[in-house]
Amino acid sequence: MLRFLVRRFFLGLLVLFLVSLAVFFMFFKLNASGPTAVASRLCGKQCSTQQINAVKERLHLNDPFLKQYYYFLFGYPGKDVKSGPPRNKGILHGDLGYSYVNEQSVNGLLKDAFPITLSLAVGSAVLWLAMGLLSGILSAIRPRSMLDRTFTFMALLFYSMPTFVLGLLLLLFLFYELSIHGISFFPAQGYVPITQNPWEWARHLLLPWFTLAAVTAAAYTRLTRGSMLDVLGEDYIRTARAKGLSERRVVFRHGLRAALTPIVTQFGIDVGTLLGGAIITERVFGLPGLGFQAVQAITANDLPIIIGVVVIATTAIVIANLLVDIFYAVLDPRVRLN
Amino acid sequence: MSVGDPEIVVSAAAAGPGTVGAPSEEIAAAKIQGRSPWRLAFERLRSDRAAVICAIVILLIVLMAIFAPLFKMMTGHPPNQQYFDTGLTLDGQPKAPDGTFWLGSDDVGRDVLVRIAYGARVSLIVGVVATFLTVTIGTIVGLAAGYFGKMVDTILARIIDVMLSIPFLLFAISLASIFHAGLKVVIFVLAIFSWSSVARIVRGQVLSIREREYVEAARAIGSGSWRIMIIDILPNVIAPIIVYTTLLIPVSIVGEATLSFLGVGIQPPTADWGQMIADAQGNYHAWWFLVFPSLALLVTTLAFNIFGDGVRDAFDPRSDRMFN
Repeated sequence: MLRFLVRRFFLGLLVLFLVSLAVFFMFFKLNASGPTAVASRLCGKQCSTQQINAVKERLHLNDPFLKQYYYFLFGYPGKDVKSGPPRNKGILHGDLGYSYVNEQSVNGLLKDAFPITLSLAVGSAVLWLAMGLLSGILSAIRPRSMLDRTFTFMALLFYSMPTFVLGLLLLLFLFYELSIHGISFFPAQGYVPITQNPWEWARHLLLPWFTLAAVTAAAYTRLTRGSMLDVLGEDYIRTARAKGLSERRVVFRHGLRAALTPIVTQFGIDVGTLLGGAIITERVFGLPGLGFQAVQAITANDLPIIIGVVVIATTAIVIANLLVDIFYAVLDPRVRLN
Repeated sequence: MSVGDPEIVVSAAAAGPGTVGAPSEEIAAAKIQGRSPWRLAFERLRSDRAAVICAIVILLIVLMAIFAPLFKMMTGHPPNQQYFDTGLTLDGQPKAPDGTFWLGSDDVGRDVLVRIAYGARVSLIVGVVATFLTVTIGTIVGLAAGYFGKMVDTILARIIDVMLSIPFLLFAISLASIFHAGLKVVIFVLAIFSWSSVARIVRGQVLSIREREYVEAARAIGSGSWRIMIIDILPNVIAPIIVYTTLLIPVSIVGEATLSFLGVGIQPPTADWGQMIADAQGNYHAWWFLVFPSLALLVTTLAFNIFGDGVRDAFDPRSDRMFN
């Protein structure tokens, strides 16, 4: 187990290294005009080539690609330049540097954005698990019933629904149509921190939660149904029934427990990709979370923010995958790690 | 990394040579014809009512894309023509569906119906070409990893792991914005980030097939690696590949629409569903402008998903259907 964990830890580091290197490669090699684009944008429309070059020099943008990666890891060598941006200490010192565009600290920016994405992720994860498990179990108890068919259709519909389509349709019907009929309960945009006002926080997140949950829950409905149907056909379920246990106990204690493994796997993967995948939902509902910041940074060629979000998103995926593997081994003694 | 993909579990044996039916027995030889696994699968698919209906819907969408100019002729509105006088209300708002603009007009007075018809072209081309590319790369990598094993497998499997750990959308947006998006870039970006899941499935199948007797037999008669891979192994993993392909098409279509929605996909003025939906954002008073392109996209993905599910069931009736 320990050997496995150590190996996976280093594999995770390797993934982070390769992914971040890829981002730098894309910015400095694939997009050769990227650095110039940033500099000329900062400098303004009337800038001469020398002035643009001066901005590039100040942001260390003229240095070669591998040196840039070195800066990202270890920070800039030497002392602060008075006219330059604040010094980046490097990610190995926990410093992601400063935005090219407004010289804000990336650490600070991500610290502000993270709770928003986390709120969105946790809320929708709870919701989709509840929706997916409940509908899946109910379907499995009475396969081919009216209820099962209804859930199947809903699952199919939401599974095929692109996130932004569902989000915008919800906004059209629940925000716009209700508002013009005098019921303005759902806000269209924005975020209120939970520390400031928990009720407003939830009210602003209701539609985003539902959007993200509905498109994800569909797969869980089917997964739970299939897995439960398999398990409920097993001999030990018949034994449990035969010894006179209540149906509820049979379904939940004996059935669900065994059916949970594939669901947990899927859950781990989905939560892992969620931090990066909340981009669309955040865009549609104007939530300034990690994904929202990333898209803005990408259009502005603001590398330090892009790399910051990519590092967080990749770390989340790596950790989630690791947790899934550990969970597997703990739950199912037949699985041997290594 | 045991990243499970429980939706796609298709037994390779379903179309394997082992299941080829009835080598003419003495008694039944005259009456009973051997039916190939392909024929069996096709017959199962044909008796699946939902799948047949969806196949027809898909066909209609394809026809709409091919004959998009017909919509232009019928309405007299080219897809990118902005009708500031007839296409907008007096205060410059989109016009509701009526006799001239059958599905209404958009915020700059273009015909929504005609643009939906032309948008189908982009969606279908990207859906099919990106999927084809994805499956081709994935199959080659998966075959190589599974067949050669050892170092090759270790390296390729690690690459697959890394690819699966990449925050897909972030990278896709970055790449698409670097390369000044367009049709080719969108297809390339989608393929680059999706082949790994195909490769993983193919690799898994090849690992078990590699040990079968007929592969050993092929090696014994002196077949080379390439011959074994292509003649002996590939036909036996083709069933799961076909199933995965049909289910990947709607994923590619949504991927393209998403990139275009975010402004890094197909560039204006080319008509595209994702872009039309993005334009409709905020124009909620003109519901048709949002609802019709959304419906077009939803019906397309829905049809492909149900059809794909039918294909899976046809090839492997024992597998759990995603939908039924």
